[in-house]
Parts: sequence; C-alpha cells; structure tokens
Amino acid sequence: MKHPITEHIGREFISLSESLGGAALMFKSVVFWFFRSKFELKETIKQCVTIGVDSFTVTALTSFFTGMVLALQMGQSMKNLFNEPMFIGTMVAFSLLKELGPVLTSIVVAGRAGAVVTAEIGTMKVTEQIDALYTLGTNPTRYLLVPRYIAFLIMLPLLTVFADFIGVAGGCIVGMVKLGVPSAVYFDDIFTYLDTSDFLHGFIKTYFFAFMIATVSCYKGLNTKGGAEGVGKATTEAVVVSMVLVMVLDYFISALLVAVGL
Amino acid sequence: MIEIKNLNKAFGEKRILKDINVEIRDGELFSVIGPSGIGKSTFIKCLIRLLRPESGQILVDGVDIGSTSNEFTLAKVRRSFGYLFQEGALFDSLTVLENVAFGLRYLTDVPKSDYPRIVKEKLALVGLKDVEHLKPSELSVGMKKRVSLARSVAAEPKYMLYDEPTTGLDPVTTGMVKDLITDMRAKLKITSVVVTHDLSLALELSSRVAMLYGGEFVEVSEPAKFRQSENKGVREFMEISNLSRTGPDKDCK
Repeated sequence: MKHPITEHIGREFISLSESLGGAALMFKSVVFWFFRSKFELKETIKQCVTIGVDSFTVTALTSFFTGMVLALQMGQSMKNLFNEPMFIGTMVAFSLLKELGPVLTSIVVAGRAGAVVTAEIGTMKVTEQIDALYTLGTNPTRYLLVPRYIAFLIMLPLLTVFADFIGVAGGCIVGMVKLGVPSAVYFDDIFTYLDTSDFLHGFIKTYFFAFMIATVSCYKGLNTKGGAEGVGKATTEAVVVSMVLVMVLDYFISALLVAVGL
Repeated sequence: MIEIKNLNKAFGEKRILKDINVEIRDGELFSVIGPSGIGKSTFIKCLIRLLRPESGQILVDGVDIGSTSNEFTLAKVRRSFGYLFQEGALFDSLTVLENVAFGLRYLTDVPKSDYPRIVKEKLALVGLKDVEHLKPSELSVGMKKRVSLARSVAAEPKYMLYDEPTTGLDPVTTGMVKDLITDMRAKLKITSVVVTHDLSLALELSSRVAMLYGGEFVEVSEPAKFRQSENKGVREFMEISNLSRTGPDKDCK
C-alpha cells in the first residue's frame, strides 16, 4: 500500500539516481570530446576569465579577513592560556592551507562562477541555443562543457594558492599590529612547523572540488526546464548542491589524504 | 531526399507523432500545418534528430538517423541542414558577424579571412547591412530572425528547416520573410520544410502541404488540392484561418 511519506522518499531517491546517472553520462561525453575535438582556446580563455579572474576579488577579500580573524582569535586564546600569542603563524597557515583556503575558495567559486555557468547554459537551453549548436555542426559538450571543465580545473587551484598567501598575509598584519608578533617570528613559525605535504593536502582537494562544481553547474544548466523561472531555479539548485557537496567531499577527501599520509 | 517511415514520438504517456510516413523530395518546399501544440515543431526536430523518435526511420539521402547513436553520423547528416528557429536562437554572447560565421567555422573549410565577406553577402541576402558588430540584444525580433536565417544558409545547406518563420512578426517583416523563403529556394535550390500554423503562408509558398492532426498527417497534397480536401480537420482549420476552398482571390483577409 502506498504511503505519502514512503512515496515521497521513493520519488526523491529515483530523482537522485537519475541525476547521478545523467551527470555520469555527461562526464563521459566531456571525456570523449576532450580527446576527440579541436581545442577551443578562445572559449577556454574566456571561461578562465569568468571563473577565475572575475572571482579573484571576492576570494581575496574572503581569505584576507579569514586570515585576520584566525590570527586575532588564536592570538587572544594563546594570550589567555600562556600569556603570550604563541604559534600564530603556524596555526593560521595550517588552518588556511589545509582547510579554509580550499573550502572557502570553492564555496566562493561555486556561488559566483558556478551560478554564472548554470545560468548561462540554462538560458541557452531554454532559448534553443543548445539545439542551434547541434544544427551548426557543433556538439554542445565540445563547445560549452569542455572549456568550462578545463577552466574550473585550472582556475580553482590557482585561486586557492592566491587565497592561501593572502590569508597568511592577513594573519601576519593582525599579528604585527594587534598582537605584537614580529613578521619574522610569524613566518619562522610557519616554515618550522609546516611542510610541503600540508600545502599539497589542501591543493589536491581543490581538483576534486573543481571537478564537482563544474559537473553540478553544467549538469543543472543543461537540464534546465521552463523559461526564466526555470533558469533561476536551476541556478539556485546548482549553488546549494555545490556548496553542500564541498563540505561533504571535504571530509571524505581529507580522510583519504590523511590515510595516504598527506 | 528525406524519407520518413513509421515515425513515432511520445513525451511520457502522450503520443505526439503516430506512424508518420512521408517523402520530402529534392527541391520542393514542403509545409506542415496544424494548430499550436499539435507536434509540428516535434516533427521538424525529429527530422534533424534534435529529438530522438521512439521508433521509425528518418532517411536523409539514404542514411538512417532515426535510431543511430553515432555522434559522427549525426553530425555528418546535420551538416546538410540549416535550421531557422522560432525565436532565432542567436548566441547572445557573440556578435552578428560571429553568429553568422559560426556555421562556416564548424561546417566548412572556408579560410577565416573570408568570413567577413561571406557574412556580408549572407546578411545582404536577408536585407541587412552594417549590423555585423551588433549583439543580438541590440536587434529587433524581425532582425534577429533574418540574422538567424543568414546564419542558417551561410554554410549553404542542402535542406532548410523553418520553425514557425513568421510567428511574432509584423505584416511587413512577415512579407519579407515569405520572400526570403521563396528566394532561398529559387536562388540556392534548397529543399525546404516549413512548419507553421499560418495556413495562408503554407498555401502560398509550398509545393505540397501536410496537415498534422491528432499525431498523423491527415492530408498531404498540393495547395490547390489541399483547399478541396474533404478531411474534417483540414476543413475546420481552413474555416478558422478564414480561407476559401476556391483560391487566394476569395480568401477573407
């Protein structure tokens, strides 16, 4: 006998399965066209600008203030515990390089660039521009998706590296001005207690995040239905799903990287 | 020649096209008419496999694209088609020049240096000039449709598909589009398929007219014979369109 709750759960499960299957097929098509088609240099550069360059200011501000607040809170805690703001550089850099840099940058990029990608592809879908691509001898995966995947995979790790540096600099400023920690001590802490593997831990994660944001944004765009309302709905869904998945993926990839010694 | 054999298309439980059988001969202008929402656009999208039919064959010059999943076969067959979309479907991010040259880049081996000249020629063909640098958002609906037509014919297709070519246009632009469709056929020898709910347009321009009703072609004939059809669906549509059985002179305008 049907029950409204079980029916709802069942419908949601089927819908989720369909989406996962659809996304997998879309990715298969991306891989196929990546190796079989001429490289769309102009479109790829354009997407690198949209996804990377245009997101730089927001990413930089987010990271700068995150570094500052980390230094402030940790410095204050250390002062309360040990009467001295110890290891500020180590703690700020450790938090930023391993977790906050990659995660916050991915969330900013998912919210800004992911939304742009979904809205653009979604609008093209509802105005028949995707169909027009087929009629003009171009596969939409080749022309639209491959350049966006490449752009996400290049720009998100790059933005994260910038975010790490900017965040550490923000922490350094608060350390010097507010906590009285000389910059030499701040950076000495960083270089003494952190090594390349700490940086790589965060850096590797960004590739997973970039791949996931590209997949969600493109898939939601290509499956947009209806007019302007449908585009808005698809964009919101893409941003929400990407942000949640960044957090979920972060735990599992971190666990995996820790297990392999990174 | 395009041969359609036992074409069926459904969306969920709803059957849109039921066992359609028709041949579209080389050089002819074949119109499909019917009320809005009856499946005309579905039919034309199946012809170029923008929609995949449930069953049936679509033979384009002998190549069946009805059920193939081979991207390269589909791409090769699609190269022989031009498609005028109902709303134009111009790429918003590109200029008029880039839009019209788009097909040249992917469908032909024309050198890039020739694009501006060819684009200018094709725009002149649709009565436009000095609009190459404009973006689609800067064009009127009629201009968008004409640019879209220029884009469709830029790569000189063998077949041209028109989806509601006069919908949303003022009478002057409608007349212009009618002339363009006739010119394309006369000058470029293109085989054309027009889907429209404008019966007067279909009867005026076509070699043959097909009436899509209840998912089937209830009448396929030359315009003069079409007017005399005793089919109930055709009669009703003629009456709604204020057209007489005897000919254009007696039509109520």
